[in-house]
Amino acid sequence: MPAILDHLPTVQQVIFILIGLFTAVSALLVVVAPNLFHNALALVATFFGVTGLYVLLEAEFLAVSQVLIYVGAISTLITFAIMLTRGMMYGRTSPTNQQRLAAAIMAVLFFLVLAGLLVHVPWPVVGAELKAGEAIIADLGELFVTTYLIPFELMALLLLVALAGALMLARDR
Amino acid sequence: MQLWSETLSNWLAGLGLPEPVALTVAYLVGALVLATFAPLLALILIWITRKVISRLQDRIGPNRVGKYGLLQTVADALKLLSKEDIRPANADPISYNLAPILSVFGVIMSLAVVAFAPGLIGADLNVGVLYLVALGSIGIMAALMAGWGSSNKYALLAGFRVVAQLLSYEIPMVLSMLAPVLLAGTMRLGGISEAQALRIFGFNIGLGWFVFIMPAAFLIFFISALAEGEQTPFDLLEAESELIAGFHIEYSGMKFAMFFLAQFLNSFFLGAIAVMLFLGGWQGPLVDQIPLLGLVYFLAKTFAVYVVVQWIKGTFPRVRIDQMMAFAWKVLVPQVLALILWQMLVMKLPAPTWVQYGLILVGNLAVIGVVVRILGRYFQQEQVRSKRAFEPRSLIGTMQPAPSSGD
Repeated sequence: MPAILDHLPTVQQVIFILIGLFTAVSALLVVVAPNLFHNALALVATFFGVTGLYVLLEAEFLAVSQVLIYVGAISTLITFAIMLTRGMMYGRTSPTNQQRLAAAIMAVLFFLVLAGLLVHVPWPVVGAELKAGEAIIADLGELFVTTYLIPFELMALLLLVALAGALMLARDR
Repeated sequence: MQLWSETLSNWLAGLGLPEPVALTVAYLVGALVLATFAPLLALILIWITRKVISRLQDRIGPNRVGKYGLLQTVADALKLLSKEDIRPANADPISYNLAPILSVFGVIMSLAVVAFAPGLIGADLNVGVLYLVALGSIGIMAALMAGWGSSNKYALLAGFRVVAQLLSYEIPMVLSMLAPVLLAGTMRLGGISEAQALRIFGFNIGLGWFVFIMPAAFLIFFISALAEGEQTPFDLLEAESELIAGFHIEYSGMKFAMFFLAQFLNSFFLGAIAVMLFLGGWQGPLVDQIPLLGLVYFLAKTFAVYVVVQWIKGTFPRVRIDQMMAFAWKVLVPQVLALILWQMLVMKLPAPTWVQYGLILVGNLAVIGVVVRILGRYFQQEQVRSKRAFEPRSLIGTMQPAPSSGD
């Protein structure tokens, strides 16, 4: 086999690059597109891109949950909020304001922190034996009610508080 | 039991193709078959709808083009395709053009996990049930994009209604889908269908349908599915008297046809989900001996559910939007939560399986009883209220009696 073939990316790598590019471009559009509704649509596209990455990693449960929660619930609510905001829907809103310098500095600092984390933290590639298929879902459910019971219940409580708070705000007085 | 994709790729590999290529070709063939199947299915569905509704209205329905008017839909589709494609000047091109594509995409993607017969499943995903629920959210997004993108007030209002209705009814629907998942112990749609076998002396008579154990969960699922599929009595999104046509007012020709296609296919798929989760899927007598009989059972059940949906469409009036929201949040959600909680408790009891099934059935019947009581009282109050409004005595104070000619 000629040596040049060894340097060609595999099919999986090509798919990864395509999905990664799609995700990155749509994430960029979320912040730079002039129309607020388009920002929201680009956000949905970003979520789909991340879903593609999960599928590529064979994390089906995570991928489906991503679509269900981020595309189904969160994006729809964001879009709803944008549509109800007066004057936001039509016309162009400027994506920048007077604080762009401070924002740029903060963004760069945050990027440096993340990049540092990525480089310096030793990421365990395989922590435990990977289980296939439904065993993962069952394990996840079991961990929620045993090891991670308290964080899980705290999340539930947080959501309940948020729900009650929203009801209080929206109530007719 | 072997999946169709394995059979096909093994055969292709036997012809001399390398294994990964054979598997890819097999999946491509499967995708092509499913994508072609969907529009053809829609032609049949539209014909059934027209025939059922016209019979209910004492008409004959389409009977000119082809035998029994079977080709009427083909003629209509050709007419739609040849129409001018209009885009409003102020419409947002991206969301306006993307919306119809997305709505069809979401529906056709759900074909991939439908379990037609033993081994005849596009892809038997481990998270099949969750996958179906997730795809429903793409439809919501498409409706929102269409409503906003066409730059029309009525379309936008209908878009808001879509979100309110679909998000509200998604909750009871998903929770009621949890009941068969709990009982079968799997989220694979093929696995759930398999779990509904009933063995007597080792012979599968295929009648262990979950609907016999949990009729209330099935009813809640069916009602929420009617709302999710935008069917009567929950078709407020296209209430002509209020919204002209719905979020697709500004669409014409091919793009309108795509919304139309998506809606018919969607109601068919919701029926298919009901069949897979509650009505036994492909199960039926002798299905273990002749697997292809499973396809017949599955399609027969799904079309039966579809006809029932059309029957409801031709019979019931539309509900008011406040009634619809109140019904979802005040009736369906608490009932289905109680149902799931009861089922989980029962399944943890140290009792034989048939006792557990019996207790689940008792819980379901109790829930149906409570709902009937609540609704009965509500309708009684409504009746009293409307009687009071129209009773002649209440009008005495406000109206003058007509002057009689004699005096």
